[in-house]
Amino acid sequence: MIVLDRVGMTYRADAGPVEALRDITLEIGRGELLALVGPSGCGKSTLLRIIAGLRPATAGRVTVDGSVVTRPIPAVGMVFQAPLLLRWRTILDNVLLAAELAGLDRGAHRARAEALLRLVGLDGFGARQPRELSGGMQQRAALCRALLLDPPLLLMDEPFGALDAMTRDELNLELLRVWGEGSAARKTIVFVTHSIPEAVLLADRVVVMTPRPGRVARLFDVPLPRPRTVATRAAPAFGALTVAIHEALTETR
Amino acid sequence: MCALMSRRALVRLLPSAALFGALLVAWQLAGPAFGIREYLLPAPTSVVRAMLNVSIPWPTHIWITTLEIVGGFAVAAGAGVALGIAIAWSPVAARALVPFLVFVNTLPKVAVAPLFLLWLGYGVVPNILIAALIGFFPVVINTAVGLTQVDEELLDLGRVFGAPTWKVFVKIRLPNALPYVLSALKITATAAVVGAVVGEFVASQAGLGMVIVNAQTNLNTPVAFAALVWISIVGLTLYGVVVLAARRWAPWAEAGS
Repeated sequence: MIVLDRVGMTYRADAGPVEALRDITLEIGRGELLALVGPSGCGKSTLLRIIAGLRPATAGRVTVDGSVVTRPIPAVGMVFQAPLLLRWRTILDNVLLAAELAGLDRGAHRARAEALLRLVGLDGFGARQPRELSGGMQQRAALCRALLLDPPLLLMDEPFGALDAMTRDELNLELLRVWGEGSAARKTIVFVTHSIPEAVLLADRVVVMTPRPGRVARLFDVPLPRPRTVATRAAPAFGALTVAIHEALTETR
Repeated sequence: MCALMSRRALVRLLPSAALFGALLVAWQLAGPAFGIREYLLPAPTSVVRAMLNVSIPWPTHIWITTLEIVGGFAVAAGAGVALGIAIAWSPVAARALVPFLVFVNTLPKVAVAPLFLLWLGYGVVPNILIAALIGFFPVVINTAVGLTQVDEELLDLGRVFGAPTWKVFVKIRLPNALPYVLSALKITATAAVVGAVVGEFVASQAGLGMVIVNAQTNLNTPVAFAALVWISIVGLTLYGVVVLAARRWAPWAEAGS
């Protein structure tokens, strides 16, 4: 369980302080997939980095399973908008980088790395260089890297935002499959996105944020049944929610 | 496929090889045709004859100059990378070192050469240091730039996995800097040749630069040309080794550009 308690963030800039986030209070349950949507610059990526322990909040606090987050904790895996694969390493070595950086034994994680690559359809690409793979395939490898150490919490910062629409749809469903929709062991995911349909397709709840300073404007429950499929997009409830969230976003401006 | 590629490489080399051959032939014929004296412009055949003349101890001269070039290159590479790391690692070191290094770099190194000889005497060591002094600056700058020009998110990635600073340095920053360092080393390889020869010009008892100075005073121009060709062979070999090393250790850098 992640608890955000009146989290605020104010940057010190040359032109004076800039308030990026104000008074964010949220509870994210275990195994929940929470999507954050909001206009550009509303601080959703900053909020994700605060949860990850990469940036300290200037007000309020974040607790994960009862302990206050002050620096990166091992329970977190992160996927960024760019795949951020090291171009001097093979795909398999990029996935294993997670173990190396965490100071764990490479050999012990090799089998799991290969299994993860198989799971996302990158079987046989382990020995390739990143530049030989398409953007979608690179992002799949980045997902494997985030999952290697099996973190209970996955933070995703517009992970599919740079991909074309078709690849994005494909990877959305793939993420749900890898996540293990409906299984008890599924991870908690906080997913930042610009795309309302993506948020509705994936999430249990959607948080709509206001422009800077970012606050929680509205919270939407997504009661669509799981497992979600291509057909989910055709459900009337999907369309209604998409429109409602869109309207909520427009109202915040 | 391999045969095909080598044929393509051959085709690509053909224009420059043809031009080079034509120039050599024209040069060879120009002497007798226009009555140019050997001491002004020796024919290519005379140069080759001088290069193979056993009464001149070429192996010793080549060895001394190669030692100075390679030694200067190694010192420039080692000191350059070390200073680059210091600058990238600590802002205090950067503020202390950078103005000083810029000052040293603006000095005309050729003018410093006599001082080195005064302090260190004749021999290989001062020439190595002159070669290193001419070649080290690009290595410092490129190392520092390569270490600091890292995607901020890549560093976040390291921190998410709880990696200590030194590990991020070794696993992410250093490999990121490698292509920058290797491209600086290509410049250093040619600069070291200049440095070694300049050192020998000023004062030395052996080496290809000294051969040129002596040949010039005796108007023995074929020998001066012969030494020049030997210098360029040594220089090109070192450059080739650096290019091959770059291809071997940082293949991604060339494929990316």
